[in-house]
Parts: sequence; C-alpha cells; structure tokens
Amino acid sequence: MSAFMAVLQRDLRLALRRKSEVLTAVFFFVVVATLFPLAIGPEPETLRKIAPGILWVGAMLASLLSLGRLFAPDYQDGSLEQMALSQAPLPVLVAAKVTAHWLLSGLPLALLSPLLAVQFGLDGPTMGVLLLSLLLGTPLLSCIGAVGAALTLGVRGGEVLLSLLVLPLYIPALVFGSGAVEAQQSGLAYSAHLSILMAMLLMAGFFGPWACAVALRIALE
Amino acid sequence: MLSASHISCVRADYTLFSGVSFDLAPGECLHLEGGNGVGKTSLLRILAGFAPAAQGEVRWQGQLLGSSACRLAQDLLYLGHQLALKEELNALENLQAGAAIAGTPVMREAALAALQQLGLGSRATLPVRVLSQGQKRRVALARLVVQTQPLWLLDEPFVALDGPAQQLVVSLMQAHLARGGMVLFTSHQPVDFAGRSRSYRLGA
Amino acid sequence: MEQLRIRWFQWAAPQSFYPIAGRWWPFFAALAAGLALVGLYLGFFVAPTDFQQGEGYRIIFVHVPASWMSMVIYLAMAFWAFLGFTFNTRLSGMMTQALAPTGAMFTFLSLWTGALWGKPMWGTWWVWDARLTSELILFFLYMGYIALTSAIDDPRRADRAGGLLALVGAVNVPIIYFSVKWWNTLHQGASVSVTKGSSMAQTMLWAMLLMALAFWAYSIAMALYRVRSIILQRERHARWVQEVVA
Repeated sequence: MSAFMAVLQRDLRLALRRKSEVLTAVFFFVVVATLFPLAIGPEPETLRKIAPGILWVGAMLASLLSLGRLFAPDYQDGSLEQMALSQAPLPVLVAAKVTAHWLLSGLPLALLSPLLAVQFGLDGPTMGVLLLSLLLGTPLLSCIGAVGAALTLGVRGGEVLLSLLVLPLYIPALVFGSGAVEAQQSGLAYSAHLSILMAMLLMAGFFGPWACAVALRIALE
Repeated sequence: MLSASHISCVRADYTLFSGVSFDLAPGECLHLEGGNGVGKTSLLRILAGFAPAAQGEVRWQGQLLGSSACRLAQDLLYLGHQLALKEELNALENLQAGAAIAGTPVMREAALAALQQLGLGSRATLPVRVLSQGQKRRVALARLVVQTQPLWLLDEPFVALDGPAQQLVVSLMQAHLARGGMVLFTSHQPVDFAGRSRSYRLGA
Repeated sequence: MEQLRIRWFQWAAPQSFYPIAGRWWPFFAALAAGLALVGLYLGFFVAPTDFQQGEGYRIIFVHVPASWMSMVIYLAMAFWAFLGFTFNTRLSGMMTQALAPTGAMFTFLSLWTGALWGKPMWGTWWVWDARLTSELILFFLYMGYIALTSAIDDPRRADRAGGLLALVGAVNVPIIYFSVKWWNTLHQGASVSVTKGSSMAQTMLWAMLLMALAFWAYSIAMALYRVRSIILQRERHARWVQEVVA
C-alpha cells in the first residue's frame, strides 16, 4: 500500500474510532444555520437573500474548527516526525492528511447544505449550485487551512491565531463560492464563479501541501 | 558511515554543546551518554536531519546532510522519545501503518511475527491505550525487527523495559551490527553490551 | 564577482549591519521629514480646491501614499523572507520583523484616513469599496504575521514561520484583491476613487508623489532603527554586543 493511502487509511480509521470529532463540525454548521434566522427574523425574502452568505460562512467556520486537530495529535505523539522521515515526500503525506480532513469535515458539510438550505427557502437549482460550490470550496478551505495549522503547531494560543491567519486567505473562496449561489438566485450564469473556484482549488491543491510541508519541517526543528 | 564533525547546538540563548565529533562505521555501535538536559536528544535530532546544527556538519556516506545527494531518508530508522503510536489503533495496525507510511510496507504475517518476537503476540489486536508503558515501547521497538534500514538512531530505547526485554533489545541490536548495520543510541542508564559498544559522553 | 559575493555576505552579518544601519537611519529620517514638509505644504496649501469634493479631499495626500506604502512594505517583507529562505541568513528574518509594525501602521493609517475622507463625502465612516476592503484584509494579514511571530518563542522558528506566512500572504494578495474587486462590482458597491469626476491638477500629483517618497524614506528609517534593537536583542550574548552596550 502506498504511503499516501496508508496515511489516509490511518486517519480515517482513527476518526471512525473517535467519532466525536466528525460530529462537532457538522453540529456547529447546523447550529449556525439555525441561529441566524432566529437572530434576524423568519421573513422569507430576507432569509432567501442572506442564505448563500450564511451557509458559506457557516461552512467556513465549521471547517476552521477542526483544523486545529489536523496536525497537533501527530505532532504530540511523534507520528509527525516519522512522516518527515518517510521515503515518501512529505507533501504527498500532507496531501493525504488534508484529503482525510476534507472527507471527515468538508464533505459532510457540503452534503448537509441542501438540507439546511431548505430552512432558508432556497429552490432546487439553487440548492444544487450551493452543493456544487461547497464541494469545490470545502477542499480548497482544507488546503489553505492546513498551511495555517502547520504554521501554528505547538504555538501558544494556536487555535485563535489559526483563525486570524487563515480567514483573510479564505476570502477569495468565500466571494466566489457564495457568489455562484447568488448568481443562480438572480438567474445569472454561475459557471464563471465555479470555474474560478476550481482553478483556485487546483492551485491550492498543488502548492498547499508543499507550503505545508515546509511549515511542518520548521515546526519540527 | 555516519560522520559528525564539530557539531554545536544552540537552544534559545545558550550553547547546549559544541565540538562534538565522531564517526560510526558499519558494524559499530555508539552509546551516547550524559545526564539529563545535556542535549542527547537534540544531538540525535540533528543527526536525523530534523534540525540544522548551529555549527559543524554531519555526513552520511560522505554526502552532506540536507543536500539532494544525501540518502539518509532511505537508510535511517529513527525511534524518538515519543513512540509514534496511535492509542485507538491496536499494536498490529500501528506497526503496519507505521511501516507503510515510512514507505516500506510489511505483510501482516511479518508484523505479527515481529510482535511475537517482542512478547506481544497475544496482545497484538488490543488497542494500544490498554497496554502498559513497557508494552507500548515494545510495540514501537517491533519496527527494529521488520525494517531493514542500516542506520538506527534510537532515543532512550530501554526506558520502561524490564530486564528480559532489555536483553531482547540488546540482542536485536547485536544481530543488526553483525549484519553490518550501525546503531547510535542514547541512554542515561548503564547498558550491558558485552563490551561491543563505544561510549561518547556529552556534556562535562 | 567572488569578491562582491563575499562582501555582500559580510554586510548580511548582523554585526556588520548594525553600524551601517546606525549611520543611515538618521539620514532617511531627515529626508522623510523634509519631503513630508514640502509634500504637506503643497497638498494642504498650494493644491487647488477640488471642484466636486471641496477641501475635505486633501486627506488623500495622506491616504493614498499610506495605501501605497502598506502594499510596498508587505512586498518588501516577502522579499526579505524569500532571501531568508534562499540564503539562510539571520538578518533577513530580522528585517522582515522590523518592517512589519511600520507596514501595519500605514495600513491602519490608510483605513482611518479613508474613513475620515468618506464621512464628509458619503456620510458614512466606512464604505465597502474594493480598495478599502482590500486594505482591511491586508491589515489582518499584517496582524496575523505580528501575532504569529510574537507567539513563537524560538527566534529562528519565529523568523522562518513568519517568513513563510509573509510569502504565502504575498502570493495571495493579488488573488484577494481580484476577488474583492469582483465582489464589489457584482454588488455595485461604492467606489472611493481619487480621480473620479475631476482631473488631477499637477500640484496634486506632485504632492502625492512627495508624500509617497516621504513615507518611503520614513519606512526605511524606522526599519533600520528597529532592526538595530532586534539585532542587539538577538545577539545579546555575543561579545561585540556587550562592548556596545557597556
């Protein structure tokens, strides 16, 4: 079995035995999506208008929650050292960890979004675009967030610092992701937004693990 | 052949150690001695390539550590202070995952045999968190049986092991040396190696 | 060529750079003061009253150069970070850290002057204009860098982690700017433009240019001054520092 698959399999297996972590992100997303109508008022027109933004920000924050645990356990128990010494390139192993993170937090969020969209009164096609935008956006968030997680490994106050570092970098994804949904709502073409999102995902997917590996080696010194 | 020349290490503000030089040839074993806090683990991590030395250089097979020609990653087996074990996985899963992640996967039978050799045959499928400290260390040390890298850097391998287990590890090391491997280990406990190892004392 | 390389690396040693910085920062500070005086005079007294915006527009002589400097300094930080990773010199990390507070200050200044400008013009303290929003995000990037480097105890790790963050940020700044512009045009937001609706008089351009140069000289002076403290602090166990301090 290749090293990439070994890391992926191990992380997934660990998550299955420690289910609470997966559920935290999902539950947070649900709570956020429920709190906003309560705070703003149930008027359907307003809700429909703010839905893309709320759902996207909710997914972002939920994804951010689980980033703190991406590398920290491995750093603490010595597994990260072993990964750095592997014959497989560290960026490949990082890519496996990021993939596992997405499968465990990003993907459930994306799949859950149509259900939450019902609470905001979005129609079918819009829900479809929302799902698509989150399917493209959540892996992008995982890639970018991983770099932040690597930089703040073992640092005092790391979790809060992680949010500060990563949120500015999330903004392009947010703009184009929620923009796609809004475009669909207004009856405009959303493909440009999604194409840009895809392009960003490809770039982040390629350069992110590499930057992450550099940051991890800095943390291991 | 591992060679270190005039290595110095700086931690925060002060110099931990300086002027450390030694060579390790195939078939040789080096016991790094020294009290707590003198920098044994730091030196080991420099040799493993995690951190650069403040001064001096380390060479593996004549190639400078960190250069593209250096093949240390393929030839090194490093067992650090932390055991790199996942508590929720069992011993067998840990061993197989660890080997696969290192790029040198092992078959299930080989892994089981290794755990057997370290006296953990009956506990191979228990989650690691229920094992004792000594048993956990033996799971980590099982990698010595299944992996074939020539250079072993072991940080405190004998901690929490009882007499027979220590003897077992020593015999594993001796077998490795007989095959032409190299071992460098730290320990602040005295270890009976039947005179086959050199000592290097770190610190005053 | 070899001679030049050796000399460059000599300057890159903190011990050699310390007196160089000490000699040059007063010069840049004086230059900054001089240019600022002329620039402010031109901007506040000589430049004509704007046809549409009255007197209040004059804040742009601080706002626009501050925005420019906030971007330039971030690029400078990324440049030094890049040097640090390539040549592994200690001074590069120190320079990046020395530049950060000044860059953050200019970003902050740009945001405040933007607000002060916006209030009389548009009646609100904050406008979600593409440029202002990008400035705000740049401010967060600066804060992130400063927070990260302060939180890490080990100076070498702080330099390297901060350097990587600066590089990642620098690569992302165009992407962020582009996405914010897109977002702004999509939602037909307000545009706080300097040149919209009026042609720029010559004096206005000169004033802005002089202020930009003044800020640039000020940044260099502050960075050189600050890096001296950083050098002293980092190298405090070296003998030359003991002699300097004594």
